[in-house]
Amino acid sequence: MSAKPTPVGEPLLEVRNLSKNFGPVQALNDLTMMVRAGEVVALAGDNGAGKTTLIKAISGVYQPSSGEILLKGKPVSFASPQEARDQGIETIYQDLALADNLTIGANIFLGREPMRRAFGILPVLDRAKMAEAAKSTMALLDFHVSRLDAPVSNFSGGQRQAVAIGRAVYWNAQILIMDEPTAALGVPEQRKVIQLIHQLKAQGRGVIFISHNLQDIFAVADRIVVLRRGVQAGERRISDTSHDEVVKLMVGG
Amino acid sequence: MTSPPSPAPHVAPQADHADKARTTLQRIADLRAWLFLAFLILGFEIWSRVSFGGTFMFNTFNIQSIAVFAVAPLLLATGQTFVIISGGIDLSMGFIMGLSAVVAAHVINWATPGMGFGMAVLFGGLVAVIIAAIPGLVNGLLVAILKVPPFIGTLGMFGVARGVAFLLAGGTTVPVKNEVFAALGNGKFYGVPYVVIVAAIFVLIMHYILSQTRFGQHNYAIGANAQAARRAGINIKWHLLRLYILSGICAGLAGVLYAARFSAGAAQAGEPLLLDSVAAVVIGGASLFGGSGTILGTVAGAFVIAVIQYGLVFINVAPFWQFISVGVVIIISVLIDQAQRRFSGGRQSE
Ligand SMILES: Nc1ncnc2c1ncn2[C@@H]1O[C@H](COP(=O)(O)OP(=O)(O)OP(=O)(O)O)[C@@H](O)[C@H]1O
Ligand SMILES: [Mg+2]
Repeated sequence: MSAKPTPVGEPLLEVRNLSKNFGPVQALNDLTMMVRAGEVVALAGDNGAGKTTLIKAISGVYQPSSGEILLKGKPVSFASPQEARDQGIETIYQDLALADNLTIGANIFLGREPMRRAFGILPVLDRAKMAEAAKSTMALLDFHVSRLDAPVSNFSGGQRQAVAIGRAVYWNAQILIMDEPTAALGVPEQRKVIQLIHQLKAQGRGVIFISHNLQDIFAVADRIVVLRRGVQAGERRISDTSHDEVVKLMVGG
Repeated sequence: MTSPPSPAPHVAPQADHADKARTTLQRIADLRAWLFLAFLILGFEIWSRVSFGGTFMFNTFNIQSIAVFAVAPLLLATGQTFVIISGGIDLSMGFIMGLSAVVAAHVINWATPGMGFGMAVLFGGLVAVIIAAIPGLVNGLLVAILKVPPFIGTLGMFGVARGVAFLLAGGTTVPVKNEVFAALGNGKFYGVPYVVIVAAIFVLIMHYILSQTRFGQHNYAIGANAQAARRAGINIKWHLLRLYILSGICAGLAGVLYAARFSAGAAQAGEPLLLDSVAAVVIGGASLFGGSGTILGTVAGAFVIAVIQYGLVFINVAPFWQFISVGVVIIISVLIDQAQRRFSGGRQSE
């Protein structure tokens, strides 16, 4: 894990005056926001407010119609999610994007599997290295799994979420973007994921997460950005706001 | 890396229990084809001793015959294993095999006067396998680029390869006049038929590719979750293209060995073997939904079919019982697969 980390508190990602329309639909309108290293930013807003569109524009899935994205102060544009990932922006999709039949290690290394030479000549998958990385990465996230040779289909929803996050962490993502990471989980597992986000923050990474759950947001976010019909309806430090105020921003009033 | 602050036992103990039971069941499922095979052989052995007072399995001739008999279906089944794991199916393999057998026969006949026996066999075999890769490539283009469902795309290629093979053969079988080719098809090395040696080496290479390379690993990932594979940066089109070419090559090699065995190329050489190849893969533990299967399982599956077919003839049962028995074994395999899936993979069916 190389790439020098950005000092905590320095800006990692800036979005300036970003707009995105799908034909006549203005999904995002002149949106500006920032994420610092070691900071968790929550995106909130009613259904269709433009949250998913915003993170897809950041992660290279959509090309913005106008506006700028800056990474560590430098303007960037991503033609694909792969390009964003290469620059350290990793998206944890709601449906997790894991290959259920493969181990944690194999999922972490999917598409970039390490090889070794058997008998000094024959290139073979380095399963030991994958298992080792899986173990240390999951431990870093405070998840201790014993069955490193089991397919991830054997694990619970929260553990699988941790695998998806673990993959991003292993590849040294500086910014993690999560679209409703707790939506599909039971209460204990939701708590576990919130704990994971705390870990990521403590490691100096930047986190953007979408949630409809104000409790989660208040439990882990430093700031909240509220969207309403594609427009930024408000931005607050979590310590300076309340559930009531956020709800008012969301519904407009 | 920092050490975790608290050694919290986050994996619930009961979950670990379930994992163990699942893993055990998985192991049994992985081995089920070998268990089938052992029971079958035992059954024929008992029958043979009781009714003829002779052995079934400790008879060199029987072992050689079964092994030779299994070569072509096994080669088709190894290619089919890759395709089925990826979530596809290749229905054209049987006639690609026939096409290859006819091409090998023609090219060897044509080349023998100029090149001599040995070189003509090498050259003809190579040309036949390369020709067999072409319909594989077209299958790959259809599935990967044009997004045609594999069942439909390879069904179309089934027709095309069949027609071309019969046209090239002129509607009959093409005899080969080449003694090296005949020796390859029928000779033995310390009692092991050459065709079995060639097939065994090839199957080992395929096992290596599936279990030890990135290509194999990506094949499993694509079969389980193509979107996850794409997001992980795997080039799925390029993978599928190579996959169907590989499948064509397997059928091509099967065709060449078939032509060697009979010193003749026949367009319909692989016709009855296609379903056997799918059956071998399924009996071998692969799921037709994709994402699981192994070459070693398929080897057992192919031998289950070969032993049933040969064994029934050996004990003088009417040959039609072969179809019934193989059919029953396929159904049992699928039932086991489903039971296991229900037990271990609740999440997959969500
Ligand atoms: N690919 C698309 N093509 C056309 N319109 C789209 C597309 N994606 C989103 N939209 C529209 O853009 C608007 C914002 O959608 P978006 O998915 O970003 O909302 P969201 O805040 O994520 O909502 P939710 O909370 O329901 O997930 C909606 O009106 C939606 O219909
Ligand atoms: Mg959304």
